[in-house]
Amino acid sequence: MELFRTRTGRATRARRIATIAASAATIALIATGCAAGGGSESGEGSGAEGDQTITFIPKQLNNPYTDVVLGGGEEGAEEAGFASSAVVGPLDASASSQVSFINAETQAGTNVIVIAANDPDAVCSALEEARTGGAKIVAFDSDANPDCRDVFISQVVAKEVALIQVELIAEQIGGAGEIAILSATANATNQNEWIKFMEEELASNPDYADIELVAKVYGDDDDTKSFQEAQGLMQAYPNLKGIISPTTVGIAATARYLSESEYKGKVALTGLGLPNEMRPFVKDGTVTEFALWDPAQLGYVAAFAGKALADGDITGAVGDTFEAGELGEREIEEGGIVIVGPPTVFNADNIDDYDF
Amino acid sequence: MTDTVTSTPTPAPTPPPRKSRVGGSRLAAVLRLREFPVALALILLVLITYAANPLFLSPQGTKDLLLNATIIIILAVGQAIVIITRNVDLSVGSILGLVAFGTGSLFANVPGIPIIAVFAVGLAFGAILGAINGLLVTLARVPALVITLGTLYIYRGLNNAWAGGTQYFAGDRPDEFGALSVDTILGFPIITLLAVLVVVIVAIVMAGTRAGRDLYAIGSDPDAATLFGIPVGRRVFIAFAVNGLLAGLAGVLYASRFNSVGATTGTGLELDVVAAAVVGGVAIFGGSGSVVGAAIGALLLTTITSALTALRVDKFWQQAIVGVLILAAIIIDRVASIRTARRLRMSEARDV
Amino acid sequence: MSDPRSTETVEPTATSTVSADTTKTLRDEPRGRTGWARILLGRDAIMIYLLIATIIIAMISIPRFASPVTVGFLLLDVIPVLLIAMPMTLIIITGEIDLSVASIAGLTSALMGVLWQAGWDIGIVLVLGLVIGVLAGMFNGFLVAVFGLPSLAVTIGTLALFRGLALVVIGDNAVANFPPELTGFFTSKIGATGIPTVMIGVVLIVAVFGVILHFTPFGRGLYALGFSTEAARFVGIHVARSKFWLYVASGGVSALAGIFWTLRYSSARSDNASGLELAVIAAVLLGGVSIFGGKGSIPGVVAGVLLIGTINYALRLGRVSDVVLIIVTGTLLIASVVAPSIFDAVKRRRHDRRVRRELPQAQPSGSVSA
Repeated sequence: MELFRTRTGRATRARRIATIAASAATIALIATGCAAGGGSESGEGSGAEGDQTITFIPKQLNNPYTDVVLGGGEEGAEEAGFASSAVVGPLDASASSQVSFINAETQAGTNVIVIAANDPDAVCSALEEARTGGAKIVAFDSDANPDCRDVFISQVVAKEVALIQVELIAEQIGGAGEIAILSATANATNQNEWIKFMEEELASNPDYADIELVAKVYGDDDDTKSFQEAQGLMQAYPNLKGIISPTTVGIAATARYLSESEYKGKVALTGLGLPNEMRPFVKDGTVTEFALWDPAQLGYVAAFAGKALADGDITGAVGDTFEAGELGEREIEEGGIVIVGPPTVFNADNIDDYDF
Repeated sequence: MTDTVTSTPTPAPTPPPRKSRVGGSRLAAVLRLREFPVALALILLVLITYAANPLFLSPQGTKDLLLNATIIIILAVGQAIVIITRNVDLSVGSILGLVAFGTGSLFANVPGIPIIAVFAVGLAFGAILGAINGLLVTLARVPALVITLGTLYIYRGLNNAWAGGTQYFAGDRPDEFGALSVDTILGFPIITLLAVLVVVIVAIVMAGTRAGRDLYAIGSDPDAATLFGIPVGRRVFIAFAVNGLLAGLAGVLYASRFNSVGATTGTGLELDVVAAAVVGGVAIFGGSGSVVGAAIGALLLTTITSALTALRVDKFWQQAIVGVLILAAIIIDRVASIRTARRLRMSEARDV
Repeated sequence: MSDPRSTETVEPTATSTVSADTTKTLRDEPRGRTGWARILLGRDAIMIYLLIATIIIAMISIPRFASPVTVGFLLLDVIPVLLIAMPMTLIIITGEIDLSVASIAGLTSALMGVLWQAGWDIGIVLVLGLVIGVLAGMFNGFLVAVFGLPSLAVTIGTLALFRGLALVVIGDNAVANFPPELTGFFTSKIGATGIPTVMIGVVLIVAVFGVILHFTPFGRGLYALGFSTEAARFVGIHVARSKFWLYVASGGVSALAGIFWTLRYSSARSDNASGLELAVIAAVLLGGVSIFGGKGSIPGVVAGVLLIGTINYALRLGRVSDVVLIIVTGTLLIASVVAPSIFDAVKRRRHDRRVRRELPQAQPSGSVSA
């Protein structure tokens, strides 16, 4: 026992010195962190008009598609006259990870929060609280529960984007055969709505009577997972003729798998992709045609909608209209939805005209 | 690593951890191998799946199966080296991510860089990151679990800071580089052959060199290893550096195989890798197991995923099955070691 | 693991090159502190000073941090980690670990979602959620305590198993329509203080674990267990039984965290709380619990959890990217364990030199054991 006591006595003192050193280091770290953050926020105020702030909360940071959307958003925020704009968000796209960012923005007194919800319900009560605190909520890209946002900026008419993908795949497989869908996460609101319209169209349109949807799989917008799901589809469904992947990560990963496998040119692939990401696969013949809207416009319109809400020009009611900078007037439609524009179809002839 | 050339016949200061008894038949010896249960499970799984869906072992199916396992095999081999010394490295996913992104950015920013140079840079980068782990673990004498949990966060943070929203795509890299994971020799993808080569080399070093045997001794009893004059700190440091090097190799190969590399590449891989090693019979508290076992464990885990899809079994079962396998591996290991201990006691009793 | 020969070493560090005879005390060696000095200068106290310093810095440098709103949001964010950190502290003190906690929370969440969807009464749903957690904990406890399997390996296995079962139970679905009164309660605050109502329960749980660890023979026994299983057995501690109940407690509390998670976000999903185990362990170790077992306290851990929570929230409020956040977390974790042991090493070397100077007959290189 003597042994323990003397040892611990000595150790404690050394440990104390060490802990103090560690403390000093930590405080320094936090201080620099705060300074770095504080710098960009100087001159920010709450309420007063002409001094409004806007914050974008994407599904996840460091995602190429999101970066294009946010680029448009920040441009829109500046043109619309926000005093400052910020982008915050989680590094992983999990359901609950956005909540503490919404909380922090609520407390920071941000006037407009623009969010792409990872889970429509998980963010709901936090958004509700933000509204109580006076913030306006604009959902974009993927909708939150309509009860807890003011407007939703939708890329395109959901049905339209679903139909165009079905049309493309039907064309590419010659109107008959088995197809599958490789989606993002199983709870993504936008994905599920498109898939629902696709299923309805396949079931009801006589032109598609010979097309059978055999599987829906989810790659979670993760490159590796999507890649392996694509691979699994080939193996489980040997007669598969085509894949629709309505997500930029999924279509690129599937294209990568097809391009290096024996299925290249035999299994058709279409969906929603970024031209810059898909260019090599269109050039090498893996993919003939795919679609997308201009993501930057999505962020751009969201910023203007936020401004109009914050100024009290619109309330989010059906029929309200607002000016979206160079994109002209937009109207709020049924369900509090604003449509940005029609999708573009990309193929070998036009893909080089786009850079995003 | 200076004394790797001297081979073992000289009476090693430490007893080998497991010695098959002379009396037992050869079959019994095979049955007692740590790798046996996991290899058997793998063979059964492949056969059953093949019977249900012949496409599973078509040339393309086999190729996909091997390609899926390649990266995890390399990581599991590195992890096995570390675990055998009674340590663990949780930062491998983050190391892989950093190296994979570094590879993408090298090809994008240094046009015409030879592929071999990229491999060299990637391996060195990985080795440095692994060496940092090793240095912290050996100098500070703090459990590797804590240190590498810390570097898991830090390396991932650096990856995010470096990459931001940037991603490099397969199109940015030369075709010959991507071809490494497409082209095959005798049905085996090139990168898989590379992984097999890694397994063979490491297995020989671990079983046949002084340095390799030392790692087992350190894992069995660090204090005794010190007393025997084994340079424990240096050996453990090298184990971490080699693990980093292999994670670096895996990172380069990742960039060859997959479409995009970015801020989140390799997230969450660490538990799969540790699981592969444990399922392959590497005891979590060091001192026993083999890199071959770890490699088979990795192959088994990735094959399960593919088999479930091929059998159209609900993929939700996959993770639960992995969990059961890990527990089974630990229990088999425990039963085996109890039996060995009893046998040893009995033979000692006879000798007396 | 349980190697009887290594019981006399206090910390099974990788290399102890010089283990000179430490039974003799040297004349000018500083004594251990007693009384108030010990409390005010102990590791726990320092964690608390550090926490206070961080809060003050955040209040000064980050606009709006100093407000009751902060208290509410910050506490809501840390509750799951704080809850699970309690049994985790006790488990790590005994020299074991539980990596399956977040998966248990996820399994609870998934089960709640499915049962509620199927139209069960919410009361029964909550009870069954808790029961499944306790069962999961018993399963861990059985394998670790009764079979004597290594907890690290066992709980890596059950981490995958329980998360896998959560997926099997609920699949890719999310259940959201829990009764609004209940979800409202879980985000409500006590009056104008900003303190979440559920904190009452959380504080109670923390207090229970604090009392058990620091004021009961069972708790003192856990420290003994962490130092040496053999010694603990000698002094009459039921090793297996103690460990078993710790894992049961861990399962139960993880289930509570799962219930909280589900109702706070009003979303039951299989991936809820995934990855939380690493955050919990990081906080516990930062709070001064030794991964070797035998050392640590509840106040220290609470301060550790709150420290990480505060830095988290302050940085988010200051709109500093999460990138900085994870680098800070990792650095803190390493600094908190490396710094003391480097100082210890320096201390030891200085001490050894003095031993050699003052007691020339003492042999370096530990010929004592073997």
